[in-house]
Parts: sequence; C-alpha cells; structure tokens
Amino acid sequence: MADIETHPAAHAQGLKHHFDDSAQQLESSTLGMWVFLLTEIMFFGGMFGGYTVYRNMYPGAFASTSQFMNLAIGSINTGVLICSSFTMVLAVRAAQLGKKKSTITFLVLTLILGSVFLTLKYVEYYEKWKDHHIPGPGFRYAEPQYFHEAQILFFLYFAMTGLHALHMIVGAGLLTTLIVMASRNRFSAEWYTPVEMIGLYWHFVDIVWIFLFPLLYLIGHTSSWGG
Amino acid sequence: MSTTLPHPLHVGERTNYLNADYGWKSWLFTTDHKRIALLYLFSVTAFFFLGGLFAVGMRINLLTPEGIFSHDTYNKLFTMHGIIMVFFFLVPSIPATLGNFLIPIMIGARDLAFPRINLLSWYIYIVGGIVALFAIVQGGVDTGWTFYAPFSTTYSNTHVILAAVAIFISGFSSILTGLNFIVTVHKMRCPGMTWSRLPLFVWGHYATSLIQVLGTPVIAITLFLLGMERLFHAGIFDPTLGGDPVLFQHLFWFYSHPAVYIMILPGMAVISEIVPCFSRKAIFGYEFVAFSSLGIAVLGFVVWGHHLFVAGQSMYASMVFSFMSMVVAVPSAIKVFNWTATMYKGSVSFETPMLYAFGFIGLFTIGGLTGLFLATMAFDVHVTDTYFVIAHFHYVMVGGMVMAFMGGIHFWFPKITGRLYPENWGRIGAAIVFIGFNLTFFPQFILGYLGMPRRYASYAPEFQMLHVMSSAGASILGVGYLIPIIYLTWAWRKGPISPQNPWNAKGLEWEQSPTPPPTFNFDVPPVCTEPAYNYSGEGAEVGLG
Amino acid sequence: MSIFSIFPDRASTTAGQVDLLYTFLMVVGIVMTVIIFSVVAFFAFKYRRKDPTYRPKAIHGSLPLEITWSVIPFFVMLVMFAWGTKLYFQNYTPPRKDTLDIYVVGKQWMWKVQYPDGQREINELHVPTGRAVKLTLASEDVLHSFYIPAFRLKHDVVPGSYETYWFEATTPGRYHIFCAEYCGTNHSEMKGWVTVMSPNDYQAWLQNGVPDESMADQGHKLFDRYACVTCHVTDQPEHAPPLTNVFGHPVQLEDGRTVIADEAFLRESILNPSAKVVKGYQPNIMPVFEGQINEEGLLQLIVYIKSLSDSTAAPETHRDSPAGAIPPAKPIHKQ
Repeated sequence: MADIETHPAAHAQGLKHHFDDSAQQLESSTLGMWVFLLTEIMFFGGMFGGYTVYRNMYPGAFASTSQFMNLAIGSINTGVLICSSFTMVLAVRAAQLGKKKSTITFLVLTLILGSVFLTLKYVEYYEKWKDHHIPGPGFRYAEPQYFHEAQILFFLYFAMTGLHALHMIVGAGLLTTLIVMASRNRFSAEWYTPVEMIGLYWHFVDIVWIFLFPLLYLIGHTSSWGG
Repeated sequence: MSTTLPHPLHVGERTNYLNADYGWKSWLFTTDHKRIALLYLFSVTAFFFLGGLFAVGMRINLLTPEGIFSHDTYNKLFTMHGIIMVFFFLVPSIPATLGNFLIPIMIGARDLAFPRINLLSWYIYIVGGIVALFAIVQGGVDTGWTFYAPFSTTYSNTHVILAAVAIFISGFSSILTGLNFIVTVHKMRCPGMTWSRLPLFVWGHYATSLIQVLGTPVIAITLFLLGMERLFHAGIFDPTLGGDPVLFQHLFWFYSHPAVYIMILPGMAVISEIVPCFSRKAIFGYEFVAFSSLGIAVLGFVVWGHHLFVAGQSMYASMVFSFMSMVVAVPSAIKVFNWTATMYKGSVSFETPMLYAFGFIGLFTIGGLTGLFLATMAFDVHVTDTYFVIAHFHYVMVGGMVMAFMGGIHFWFPKITGRLYPENWGRIGAAIVFIGFNLTFFPQFILGYLGMPRRYASYAPEFQMLHVMSSAGASILGVGYLIPIIYLTWAWRKGPISPQNPWNAKGLEWEQSPTPPPTFNFDVPPVCTEPAYNYSGEGAEVGLG
Repeated sequence: MSIFSIFPDRASTTAGQVDLLYTFLMVVGIVMTVIIFSVVAFFAFKYRRKDPTYRPKAIHGSLPLEITWSVIPFFVMLVMFAWGTKLYFQNYTPPRKDTLDIYVVGKQWMWKVQYPDGQREINELHVPTGRAVKLTLASEDVLHSFYIPAFRLKHDVVPGSYETYWFEATTPGRYHIFCAEYCGTNHSEMKGWVTVMSPNDYQAWLQNGVPDESMADQGHKLFDRYACVTCHVTDQPEHAPPLTNVFGHPVQLEDGRTVIADEAFLRESILNPSAKVVKGYQPNIMPVFEGQINEEGLLQLIVYIKSLSDSTAAPETHRDSPAGAIPPAKPIHKQ
C-alpha cells in the first residue's frame, strides 16, 4: 500500500488510521450500513412497485395464481427466518460480551437456519418447475384466459423471491466469513463491528421477506374469486 | 484565523500524495482518496472523448439530409453517445474526481469514511466501462440510451443485455460513492466544522449523494427486469403478452430524472466555490444555496412524469408533474440569483475558473428556462422528442455541467498538481468552448420548434442550414475541449510551481492543507474557526450555527 | 416557410395558440436571460478588481430579497403552468360529437391510414378544413409517435392501447407527418404528408377514390369470417352479449365492475375475452383472437360494432353522473 503509517504504535483494535477514534469508526460503519440498506429498499421497491401495478391490473389472474403459492413452505420459511434473526441477535450480543464460543455457535445456527430457508426455497422452485410455472418457452397454465397475466405474475414472483434468495446466499457467505474470523480471534468486546453490520444486513433481508410473504402468499389465499 | 504553514517546498522536494510512493501498484491498490480521484479523472476523461467521438460521427452525418452512415450505424452512434456520456461521464464526473479529492480536505478529514470502498467503486466503474466497451466493439446498441420497450425487449437485434449489464454495474459505483460521501460528511468533520460552516461544495455533493443512493437502485432493477424480459419474454413490458410498455417508462424515468440532478448539483457546487473566491466576497445567501441543493434533491424525485406527457399518461397525473417541475426550478433560480448577488460590491477578477463560472451562469440560465418551457404541457406536446429537448439538455449538461467541471479542474489544478496552468491558454479555451457551444446548440432550439424530430439519421431538406450551423459549432467546440487537454497535460509536468494558495482562496483545502497535499491531507490536524467564505475577515457567526 | 422563420406553418386552430404560448415563454425567457446576463455583466464590470489588496465587506444575505426573487418567478411559472395546462387539456380532449374519425395504425416503418368510408392510404392523410378530426392511433409493433408539426400536435402510439387526439385544420396545404418516438432502423423514414383541403375539395377527393366497402363493411366481413356472428346474435343473448347498442354504453361485468364499452374495451374483448367478462356470461367460451387479427382489422371490427350503436359519438354520459363527466375513451393500460 502507498500509505505511510504514521500513527502511534498502540491504538485500538481494528481502528483504521483515517479515523480519530473507535467511536467515530463504529458510528461511520453503522451509518454506512444503514445507507446501504436504504439503497436495498429502493432496489426491491422498484419490483414491489411493478408487482403492485400488475396486481391492480389483473385482479382475477392474481387470485388465480395465488392458489399455486405453497403456503406451507412459505410459512415455515417465515418462521425459519425469524428464528435466524433471533440467533443473529444472540450472536451480536455474544460478540459484544466477548464470548467467542457463543458467537460462533449462534453464527453457525443462523447459517444453518438460512440454509434451511434456501433449501426449502429450492424445493418450492422445483415444484414450480414441475408445474411448468417458470416463465419462458416452457410455461403452461391451467386457466387459459389468464395465461399471459399469470406468466407476468410468476415472473415477478421469481424475480422478487429470487433476488431475495440471492441476498440470502450473499448473507450466507458473509456469515461464513464471520465464523472464520471469529474462530481466528479477530473479534473482542472492543471491536466486533463486522458482526454487528452483517447482523443489520441479515435483519434487513429478513424484513424484505416479511413483506414478500404476505403480498405473495397470504393475500390471494384469503380472497375468493369474484368476492 | 487560518494556520500559518511553513514556506512551501518544491513540489518534488517535499513528500506529497503524488510522490509518496511510485509504481503502478501504488496507484492501482491505493486507498488514498486523492489518488483514486485521479484514477477517476483519467477514466472519465477517456470516456468523455469516446462519447465525443460518437457525437462527431453524428454531427458529420447530419451535415446532409441523407447522411453518410447507414441508419443502423447512426442509431448506434446516438445510443452509445448517450450511454457513455450519461452513465460513464456525467454521473461520475465531478463527484468522483473533484468530490473525491476535495471533500475530505474541505471538512478536515484524513480520508473518506471508507477508503477501500472508494477504490472498489472505481474498479466497479472500470468493470462496467469494460463491459460497455465490449458492447460497443461487439456492434453496439441501437435502442437509444432510454431503452424503451417493447423495442428494446423484443425487436432490437443489438447487444441490449450487454449494455444493460454495463450500466447496472456502473450504478453500483455511483451508489458506493454516494454512500461514502454521506457517511463522511456526517461523521468525519474536524473540530469546529459545523454543518453551517461546510463549504457549499460539500453541501452540493451531500445532496447529490442522497439522490445517488436513493435513485440508482431503481434503474438497476429496471435494467434487471429489462434484461430478464429480453431473455425470458415473460411479458412484463410486452403488450402482446399482457404487459405495459408505459410501465417501463415510469420505472426508467423514476431514476433518470433525478439522475440529471446528480449531474448538475455537483456543477453548481463548484460554481458556489469559484464565485466567492473570484469576487473575494462571501457567498450571498449561504443557507439558501445550501438548502436549495437539498430542495432540488427531494423535489427531483417527484417530477419524472414530465417525460411522459405524450406517452399515454393520464392528463391529471401530467398536470401534477408539470406543476412540480415548475416548483423544482425555484431552488435552481435561487442559486443563480445568489451567485449574482455575491458579485455585488465584490472585487471581481477574470481568471479561467471565473470565466467558466460566467459561462455556466449564462448557459445554465438558458438551459433551465427552456426546461420550464418543456414543463409547460401544451408546449411540450409540440416539441417533445424534437431537437428542442436535445438543445435544452445540452445547455444544462454541457453548457452547465461540463463548464463547471472545466472551471473546477482549473481552479483546483494547483492544489491537485502543485503547478500552475498557463492562464492565457485557459482563457482562450474557455472562450472557444463558449462560442462553439452556443453555435452548436442554439440552432437546435429553432430546429426543434420547426418540427425536426430527434434520433433522425436523415431529415427533411429544409432543416439542413441549421444542421450545418450546428455541426460547424461542434467542430469549434471540439477544438475548445482539446486545447485544455494539451496545456493541462503540459502544465502538469512542466508548469511553474504553484504557491500554497495562488487564488488567495478561503477553505481548509487552500489554507490548512499543503499544495499539493500529503497523503493524509494535513501536516497539522486542522481546526475550523470561522464561517465559510470569510473573505472579509470579519469572522462573524452566521447561519444555522 | 421563410428561411428565417422560427415558426413552422400554422395549419390548425391550435397552432396559433401554441405559438402564442411559445411567444409568451420566449418573452419570459428572453427577459430573464437579459436581466441575468446584464446584471452579471454589469457587476463584473463595475466591481472588477482594481486593488488586489481590497477586501470587500461581506453581505451575507437578505431574506426579503430571497423571498422576492423566489415568489415573483414562481408566479410567472404559475401563469405558464395554467396556460399550458388549459391548452393541453383542450388539445387532448376531443369533442364528443361530430368528429370525423380517422384511424391510424403505425408499424415499422409506415403509417397506415383508414377512413370510415373505407379508403386506405399509406403515409398520407387527407383532411378537410373546418371540421374536428379525431385520430385513433394504434401500433402493430413498437412505440411510435404521430407528429404533425404544422398542427403543433403529437401523441405516442402505444402498442396494446388506443391513443387519440384531435384537431381542426385551417389552412389548405401539404404538411409533414413525422414519427417522433424512436422505433428502429428506419425511424427517420417513417414520415408522411397530411393534405388539408377545403371541404369541397375534400368531398371531391372522397368521391374520386370511392372504395367498394366502408370500414364498417370491412368489419362486417371480418365479423362473419371469424364466426363472431355465430354467437353474437341479437335475438339469442344466452350465448354471448348482443352487440347492438353496446358501443358507448356502460357494461356490467361479472366481477362487479362497470366499464364503458369504448374502443379499448372492444379491442381487449376481442383479443383477450376473459379479461373482462360481461355479467351473466362465462369466461373461456369466446376464442382468444390475440395474434390472429391485426390492428387494422381490429379497427374495422370496432367501426362495424360502432355502426350498430345509436351512440357513434364518444361514450355518452353515465346516467348517474353529472353531464360531461365521462372522459374520452381510455386506453387499456393507463397509468
């Protein structure tokens, strides 16, 4: 690196030289993560917007496609993610207290729960593939009058849940990194910022799902066609 | 009062960020915001000239009604010109170069909040740029930079997805830069640097960063949906499959309108620094200029529908968008008036940066006023999609933004390089740019009202005279841009050494950071003890406090 | 058009009005520009630096001044807004009755014009002076825009929906038609001519090219060819809704909504019948004609169905709403 290290030898753990003190660094990291999550809201927001438009335009088709959402898997996944956010919080708490083993344990639990989510998602997608509900040349739909609208709605379903799943996969990678770092004693009660930041990210991914679940799985199921 | 600095050593004698380390690795792996700013400077300049090359092709083609290129080639030229200029030049330009370089120094910090993310954002920009170049080399895109569906999703035979991916990638560079600036301004100000003492350059970039952070993700998702549609034909924008082409336009412009404020706010930020310095007087209406930046950022998000007045949007929605588009003009006008009032009873000098600032004020006024015309619905019906619109946005983007960029480069050239550029050549360049610009784009207002549509490879013969005038102007404009490249490059190596503060400007970057700065910007930790632009030396507390 | 004129030919009732608005805008623009340019120039000259050591006194601001120079321009903008809005609504709201309806289909890269009497033209439009002409615009493929500079009017032509605008031509002559929404390779070749004629000349032109069949006749033929007539029989309403006196009237749907049977509704019902099923009928009975009938054919069918209705004007007022409340025919996918 080009930078010349001119700061005194003894300084707080993890403190980067362009910061005055750890507090400033932590505040900056936190604000940075929140701003990033704001961009993610806008990112998903565009698709939520598109979904809203098409749902309003095609209420009949929407009611029809909602019967193909797997409510069981969706509900289980919701529970799984909420639990994973809980274990994530516990991991951050453990890191805050400097407890290495607990930190790793809870991070691993979070990772396992996240993997359960992704596995169930895979099962769901596979089911859709078998039903020929994946948009493209192989798309088929039972009610022919809704063929085109259903394809659009399924497209939005895959785009939204797929993008969410992608964020989960990235989150899983980040969790793995944290586990490795924790096992190498990189964190302490003085400095555990990455755990906290990735915790924020994980909670955000959870919250996106909390919005997706009712919009995609719940609403259509309780309304009856023509009612 | 400002800290007294030791007599400046020769730029080669003293260690500064330029000579602190040598070798390509010290540049490509740097986390020094100043070096990253230079990496960006060279990249955006290269893209500027590439985009300019496409424009040259276009203007040559437009010398005659039939043109010399095939229609497909022309369509690709204007598309690539738009994509390169908007996404790879205008959006990063001032923030990633001057913003990156100056913001930490102006607020008294050693670097941005996230230096490695800063470097990452440059690499992301380069990757996006390479993908764009690849798209060009593979044959280009012909959808227009606006990618309207269903032409882009279903009919175009060109490399739409490649172009969309390139822009998608470069969007993340913009988001990360904005994120970095926001956190830096919030958290890294030195003692005494309160919000009300922030240079307006920083306020302007802060407002820009808000837009970057909130708006760019929407174009990302729009391009993502576009790409998916092109691959899977699910029908989201295809009317034969139940989709809505107008939805694409809404999603696209939701970002792309605020994007133009991403492009102009930094230019205004530069002007807000130059005018007080070269009037030797505090800015008039500091709070108003600061808050007008925020106002433009917020209001800029609610006007996108003015691109859809003739597109099939409801008349009532159009009415709301027209009204809001008028409202957003008010903060811009406020800035122009405040800059003008700053000169009142000042001591005005006419060095190159100030000449560019004059050019900006004049040309942005015309560009902004014609924007108001376009916001007037019945007028827009006649001139939308004609050369009137092209003239309007080139007045604000080129007459405004690019002139501000040139002004800023000249103003801070001594700070960045430690040398002085040749003043006479600077003035000549500014004059040629001004003349060439007006000759190029003013005729286009007339062309537009006469009915000449945009994106036309060939045109009705009665428009030829105005097109020839425009192309002639373009050649002059091109010369005007080449001249600074030459003398600035020369001056960097061979120009006279600059004193610490050649302009006697106020601001931490001039008063408390050496010229050029060391790697961590300050030899002595800076403290801010006076309001911004304290040229009169009174030091009275004003504003928000 | 004189070489120095900045206005194109004026050939419609609204052209002069738009030009007047433009003149107002230009005056405002020029005044603002002159003020700013001259004040800046004046200050730059008067306060040019004479003594390099002189430090001017700071003037930090003036709230009254800021308010003044915000509020006054804002009021000027309000005038621009009000004027522009009023003219826009006028230009985009066709008269409800007595319009000469002409149908334009845009496709890469030509304009196909159909007249109710059955004449068809490519890239040519003939209209009389002194009569409100309503254009219904459809696209076969991508976005286009039907632009007549001499009338100061354009509207995008959106695939999947009908857009309309209207004009009253005033001055005989030939004027440009341009496509004004980029649509591919030959976008700049997608142009034509609108010929404005006096009413007598127009009649003569109509007689000259008397075609065998009007659009309604052609539509009737399609109606038979596609076997619509087998179900849509007036005295057997149990299979399919009868189509006499449908156009322009409200229709109740199975899902409880009530819509006006305008051109867009008819188009959608042909292409995707189950999207809006009329109350008392079943979905999935009527065949889906998406992809089987082109835009011109659809327009002919619609003109035919219009001819079966007593309300050939724009949709009439709903019984329960105040007079004049119903807006003109809405395209299918309005935002």
